[in-house]
Amino acid sequence: MGEGAGRVTAHLPILQVVVPLLAAPICAVLRHGRAAAWLAVLASWSVLGIALALLGQVMAGGVISYHIGDWVPPIGIEYRVDIVNAWVLVIVASIGAVVAPYAIASVEHEIAARRIPLFYAAYLLSLSGLLGIAITGDVFNVFVFLEISSLSAYALISLGRPRRALTAAYRYLIMGSVGATFIVIGIGLLYVMTGSLNMADLAELLPGVWDSRTVKVAYGFLGVGICLKLALFPLHLWLPNAYAFAPSPVTAFMASTATKVAVYMLLRFFLSIFGAAFSFEVMALDRILLPLALVAVFSMSLVAIFQVDVKRLLAYSSVAQIGYMILGLSFASVTGLTATLLHLFNHALMKGALFMALGCVVYRIGSVHIDAMAGLGKRMPWTMAAFVVGGLSLVGVPLTVGFISKWYLILGALEKGGLWIAVAVLVLVTSVMALVYVWRVVESAYLREFSGDEGTREAPLSLLAPTWVLVAANVYFGIDAVRTAGVARQAAEVLMAGIGS
Amino acid sequence: MSLDFFVSHYNYWVVIFLMMVGFYILISRGNLIKKIIGLNVFQTSVFMLYISMGKITGGTPPILIGDAHGGEAAGHVVYSNPLPHVLILTAIVVGIATTSVGLALAVRIKEAYGTLEEDEINRIEAQVEASE
Repeated sequence: MGEGAGRVTAHLPILQVVVPLLAAPICAVLRHGRAAAWLAVLASWSVLGIALALLGQVMAGGVISYHIGDWVPPIGIEYRVDIVNAWVLVIVASIGAVVAPYAIASVEHEIAARRIPLFYAAYLLSLSGLLGIAITGDVFNVFVFLEISSLSAYALISLGRPRRALTAAYRYLIMGSVGATFIVIGIGLLYVMTGSLNMADLAELLPGVWDSRTVKVAYGFLGVGICLKLALFPLHLWLPNAYAFAPSPVTAFMASTATKVAVYMLLRFFLSIFGAAFSFEVMALDRILLPLALVAVFSMSLVAIFQVDVKRLLAYSSVAQIGYMILGLSFASVTGLTATLLHLFNHALMKGALFMALGCVVYRIGSVHIDAMAGLGKRMPWTMAAFVVGGLSLVGVPLTVGFISKWYLILGALEKGGLWIAVAVLVLVTSVMALVYVWRVVESAYLREFSGDEGTREAPLSLLAPTWVLVAANVYFGIDAVRTAGVARQAAEVLMAGIGS
Repeated sequence: MSLDFFVSHYNYWVVIFLMMVGFYILISRGNLIKKIIGLNVFQTSVFMLYISMGKITGGTPPILIGDAHGGEAAGHVVYSNPLPHVLILTAIVVGIATTSVGLALAVRIKEAYGTLEEDEINRIEAQVEASE
């Protein structure tokens, strides 16, 4: 028994990806929606268990290197788990595990019955793709998993009820494929220069060819491709419609995971593979990202203020929040990166909670127009309370996770001193802008009269419970941030030091 | 830039030309099917980039010649690199999957809007928004 358990433990890295990957086709052939749903819940919970076990192993014993099929890297494909991707795996897996049970009721309401098993199949495929990107130590493998997660994401978005979901999915497909192809070009050029696809191997070989123009071009292609995927301003055009018209659980899942994994890809490629020295000293990555991040945060917060569709409002706010993550990276310091990595987790918690609260609203009144939500505070008190706590977290009020992210971000800016103080001020100003757009929804829900159907009741417990799990996490990790901040700082130090150490 | 440089790198010129053509179709055409064709041309250029980089001058196909255990012929043979070819096999599969998802979406869009022209779809949406 003990030996058997040891054998399973040794194979956790591959099980992380294989479990949802195998559950997906089973879901697709199951004719019964509920059966597929429970299989998806089971798979996503075991995925979370594996991710937590991996994080525990990494924190106790350092880097895990898993050789697929026992082929020794760099010839074979390596799954390499260090503190950075163990952290990202936990983020993706926990959101996946919370959204899956939430989806059961929500999907029955929003998607035609015959498509429900296919929904879960696509959901699990998307989950395994995202986990695969995070866990693999092979750059071409990254591309394959990226396409698995993206293709299933296009399908998931197109399941949205409004017909504009179709055009949103189409636009995402075109822009996403261009981004992915750019990434393949970058990987190809790296292979030409080094003859390797293994991340650790590449990190060792690349310093020898830093001067080559091919490597710099590869850097450019990878940068643009990944930034398209993570929706960095001005490459974010696919995001607002995709989030606004997708089914509610899909929006909650994608907003909390897809862009986060893309940010992880950016960190992995630019800091671990190319190295912090090459990125910041030769390519001046910080000076390119800083203005883009600032414009993203400021302009997208401004656009969000004027939205009337609350889902779209939060989508624009997501682009702004991605700006904060990139801002942390552009500080080129451990504190800045800590803020980035913390915000990966914290933003997943807050946007997950907010979009799930909106899913409850859609379930009852069928719309998330700001006027349709008037007076909902009395009708759906638990749902709107969840929205308020999530909103406060988005603004960055103390005792919520949003505060922790902004605290480290401002700390990073103050650490650098000089003109960077202005950046810290801008973070505060944009937090006030977040307060404005959150307040517009709160004002509508609490201070206006309800004008909808008299029979409107609170959302069912099966929707509220997962929502409140995330809301509680927002508060818990906002009060007790020692553990999360500790892991994030450790991960930031690993990233800045490079993959070898 | 000498003629020699131009000729010796001809595979890269083909790749760049195809890439730009595909990208231009993708950006300039309003028809959703034509956009997907542009995307295909764009992706194909990357396939060619990979395939041509695996070719080594004077290299044979990567099939062991002579004694598999390192007989006398084996030492002198130059093999082409099979790895980029294998990678691109995967990328081709991904490309087909992308195309089919894109075409499936185009079919659904045609059913929902009755057109495949981007500007007409935008006009329909603008009308719907104005009437709300």
